[in-house]
Amino acid sequence: MTMRLNELLKGGRGRVIGHADESVLSQRLLEMGFIYGTKVEVLHEGPFGKDPMAVRVRGSVVAIRRDEAKMIEIEIEGKSNR
Amino acid sequence: MSEDSFLVIALAGNPNCGKTALFNSLTGSHQKVANYPGITVERKSGRLTTPRGHEVQVVDLPGMISLDARSPDEEVSKEALFGTMNGEPQPDLVVAVADATNLERGLALVLELKSLKTPIVLALNMMDLAEKRGLLLNLDVLSQELGVEVLPTVATRQGGNAGLIAAIDHFVELPPDRRGSKSPVEWKVWTADQVQDRFRRVDEILRLATTKPLTPATWTERLDRVLLHPVAGLAILASTMLMIFQAVFQWAAPLQDGIESGIARLSQFFLTVLPAGALRDLLLEGVLAGVGGVLVFLPQILILFAFVLLLEDVGYMARAVFLLDRLMGSVGLHGRSFVPLLSSFACAIPGVMATRTIENKRDRILTILVAPLMTCSARIPVYVMLIAAFIPSERVVGPFSVQGLVLFGLYLMGIVFAFFFATLFKRTVLRGPNPALILEMPTYKWPHLKNLRQGLVQRTVIFLKRAGTLILSLSLLLWFLSSYPKVESNQVSEPPIYYSYAGQLGRFLAPALAPLGFDWRISVALVPGFAAREVMVSGLATVFSVEASDEAAQSTSLGSKLASSWSLATALSLLLWYVFAPQCLSTFAVIRRETGSWKWTAFSFGYLLVTAYLVSFLGYRLFVSLGWGA
Repeated sequence: MTMRLNELLKGGRGRVIGHADESVLSQRLLEMGFIYGTKVEVLHEGPFGKDPMAVRVRGSVVAIRRDEAKMIEIEIEGKSNR
Repeated sequence: MSEDSFLVIALAGNPNCGKTALFNSLTGSHQKVANYPGITVERKSGRLTTPRGHEVQVVDLPGMISLDARSPDEEVSKEALFGTMNGEPQPDLVVAVADATNLERGLALVLELKSLKTPIVLALNMMDLAEKRGLLLNLDVLSQELGVEVLPTVATRQGGNAGLIAAIDHFVELPPDRRGSKSPVEWKVWTADQVQDRFRRVDEILRLATTKPLTPATWTERLDRVLLHPVAGLAILASTMLMIFQAVFQWAAPLQDGIESGIARLSQFFLTVLPAGALRDLLLEGVLAGVGGVLVFLPQILILFAFVLLLEDVGYMARAVFLLDRLMGSVGLHGRSFVPLLSSFACAIPGVMATRTIENKRDRILTILVAPLMTCSARIPVYVMLIAAFIPSERVVGPFSVQGLVLFGLYLMGIVFAFFFATLFKRTVLRGPNPALILEMPTYKWPHLKNLRQGLVQRTVIFLKRAGTLILSLSLLLWFLSSYPKVESNQVSEPPIYYSYAGQLGRFLAPALAPLGFDWRISVALVPGFAAREVMVSGLATVFSVEASDEAAQSTSLGSKLASSWSLATALSLLLWYVFAPQCLSTFAVIRRETGSWKWTAFSFGYLLVTAYLVSFLGYRLFVSLGWGA
């Protein structure tokens, strides 16, 4: 099943399959390690409106807003999004 | 000086890779912090004398994710590396610094830096932490695959950079023609595919070079479960902020008293040894009072800096930004506005200076605009004196007194209006898309004392150099305005300040301020208050001819004098004025310097002045209608 990273809740996992466009933001997200094939996992959510989200990506943890996470298309494997 | 003393070595790496700790340990106390010309990005350089006696210049470039610059900081790093910055020599050797516990992004940057063609070595920093987490790397394979020399370093340990320094020695001793090229290369924006390929290559290199992989950062994960918890995390953040507040005000108090009594003793000394006259006045009331005015805030600012540095060093600051980003975002501010605004409760000047960490220019200006609304400690003497004189000290609810509630209300008012104006400006003069928050949350680390101390010394020196000189010269100017021209006190009926330039200015402004309930005395006292807000208290004392041996006595006797000559409405109106009024010229001098724009400086001064006037005016009308005008 494919969705966007911003739709994942705490504990949700997936794999990056693409970016929505080729903007400056997309480029910076690539440089932060959100490249295609990378596994991501939502570790924490902000206290207000579950925003921003702390995402484990390539051995480090990166905080991004849900608004930016919309850029990242992911694939959910099995039922890992409890 | 031999020729090799001119070799320039640049440290480049991701944020949080321990680059600054490495820089500190390489250069020790031989550091110089300045601005890059024309912009407010700090340029840190230092001298390193190697064990073999070679002297090199080390430059600590701002942290960067990629050469594809997205912030003023990254732009500087890029330009410095390409040698395209005016007056900035292109480095002879680039030391790429990578955090050994977070290699992927670090190595991706190394591959990128290789495209520069400048000679490059890789410092694998925080190697001790990586080893503790079980990482086993085959450095030969790593070096071979990357095509650069790899040197493990532990910046925070004595001798932890021996390998790197030896490599620098080796590089310096090479004949100049074998040191590699510095030929300029052209920069081309990477394509998305190139970025992805770089990461794939890093994956491949790490697969080949890793003997045993890193275990997860268990402690960081455990701590984050509490520190980033929606309820517990916020509670801990709030208590941390409260603790910092408490420390800034309580721990600093004895130090401030010490500085004040020291200044008093010194001026007593000059009073006895110097003959009366203009020179003594200048020295005592001008210079010494001005220096005292700078020094007296130093303890608070030092304590504040120490906490900010500590929280940054252990990795907590990124968490605070994470917790507050949405809240700050709802009024148009950025998560990173948090530290500057917190600092502004001690003094707006370090607060404005701290906005340098905000990447987006609009966000930075927005934070600078509202920072003066945070109640700085220079307002406290004014608040305390007026509240003690005019507000009854009875208790209303439980432990709360009316006086305490008024003080709290003044603080709250500043915050509420800061949020209001942030929202307003974000929708009008500073309209624009919200810039992205993409922030790495580093693993927690023990603070490193030597590093903290160095950071503290550095920031203090910067504060004294950039702000101290400004505050001092403005104090001198305002002292001159309030002391000249001189009159013979036995020939005139009013206190001497009445006849001074400041007095003339104040009396000229008095009709404009009369609708706020201010008489000419207040108008006159407000003028020297532009040097620093708390000077208003001694300004009033001069106007009311209050003589007292020390500050506390002055405040009390002045208070009783005011209580008998002002109405409650006037006192409250003056308190409201002080919440908003741009009564501190040094702040605006710093705003001018940090924004590089007269337009924004004038705007911030103007909107605060208009707000102060309107709120005081409306407040005064309201208080008079409540019957407090007599």
